[in-house]
Amino acid sequence: MRGHDHGDDGVSRRKVLECMTWAGTGVLWTITGGVPRSLGIIDSAEAATAAAPGMTFLQISDSHVGFDKPANPNALGTLEEAVNKINAMPAKPSFMIHTGDITHLSKAAEFDNADRIISQSKLDVHYVPGEHDFLDEEVKFYRERYGRGTKGQGWYSFDAGGVHFIGLVNVVDLKAGGLGNLGTEQLAWLEDDLRGKSKSTPIVLFAHIPLWTVYPEWGWGTEDGGRALEYVKGFGSVTVLNGHIHQVMQKVEGNVTFHTARSTAFPQPAPGAASSPGPMKVEDAKLRAMLGVASVNFKQNEQRLAIIDTPLQG
Amino acid sequence: MKTLSRRDFAVDFGLSLAAAILLPVTTARADNTALEVHIDNFVFQPQELKIKVGTTVTWTNRDDIPHTVVSAGKFRSKTLDTDDKFTFTFTDAGDYKYFCSLHPHMTGMIKVE
Repeated sequence: MRGHDHGDDGVSRRKVLECMTWAGTGVLWTITGGVPRSLGIIDSAEAATAAAPGMTFLQISDSHVGFDKPANPNALGTLEEAVNKINAMPAKPSFMIHTGDITHLSKAAEFDNADRIISQSKLDVHYVPGEHDFLDEEVKFYRERYGRGTKGQGWYSFDAGGVHFIGLVNVVDLKAGGLGNLGTEQLAWLEDDLRGKSKSTPIVLFAHIPLWTVYPEWGWGTEDGGRALEYVKGFGSVTVLNGHIHQVMQKVEGNVTFHTARSTAFPQPAPGAASSPGPMKVEDAKLRAMLGVASVNFKQNEQRLAIIDTPLQG
Repeated sequence: MKTLSRRDFAVDFGLSLAAAILLPVTTARADNTALEVHIDNFVFQPQELKIKVGTTVTWTNRDDIPHTVVSAGKFRSKTLDTDDKFTFTFTDAGDYKYFCSLHPHMTGMIKVE
């Protein structure tokens, strides 16, 4: 996969095997001609598809550095396991996105520890904040570290591998009884950011709280997320990547694929499966099967984007 | 005609007994100037509290996840980690709606008379 920048389709048997090792038993989703289909548990042929050259980037989420409760007494340790997993990938991803809740309580030491571990991946990391990253009194630690060059509360866009990436902030100024919130200033910026973009430009929107309504009873959704989705409606390929709910969930609507990543810290229950969305304590042996990272592959010529969720174990 | 099973009777009797024991305590507490709200499983308990002017309310977070207690323009706690407390004394009558600014689906109400 070393030649992925050159659109080379040739994949040697050895590279396929390496990628199979990485793919593990993740569920592979592909989008072909805007119609996504689940390929189920990856077998060798599908792993070969996943291994096709193109741009691959990683998503990690909800590292909650500082969390030490029974659901996972060592969240920093499992973040390090996730980074080791990334470093063991047969092909180095182009970069990484982190969809928020880097820390548990926004303490300076938590941010420092998170950075110490995540930087071991030696990848560029594009962050968006979770609500747990804005808890310090002056709400400055996140912004000092990751807010440079961003707009408003920390939103921004960039281009990579022919894809337009947009990092949004939906954890600020939440209203009583409501869900996640983007706000009019950010929505106006988003509309402006997309103006003049070719409709064939693949779009990746990423934010902490799901931009789609997963389960409003637990606040799993974004009040004005629908407005953001209006702006990307005409685009041929839209992928929405979120965290916050600490489990993999996927929905497809037209050309839009919504996907949430696992946490690297602790699992949360399926919607309505428990009395609250709080940390879910599972048997120690099962914890690492419920934590993990996501790998996203995009291949320009085939307009195909594949998301592979890989648990830390199993 | 409603028939009471032995078990129903026992339960009813038990509840009455419990109420009889609890009632004086509850009354005493209402006269008290300090009351408590617990945060359990992303819920403020009790969700609504009726108090007299001058009463101090203490919120305690018993979840494994931090919460806040915020009433727009009235009071705002720091982030409460597990077992952290926030205290506010109500000196004016009125209805105080509040919520957790991290999990805004969590709402509560203090009615001060």
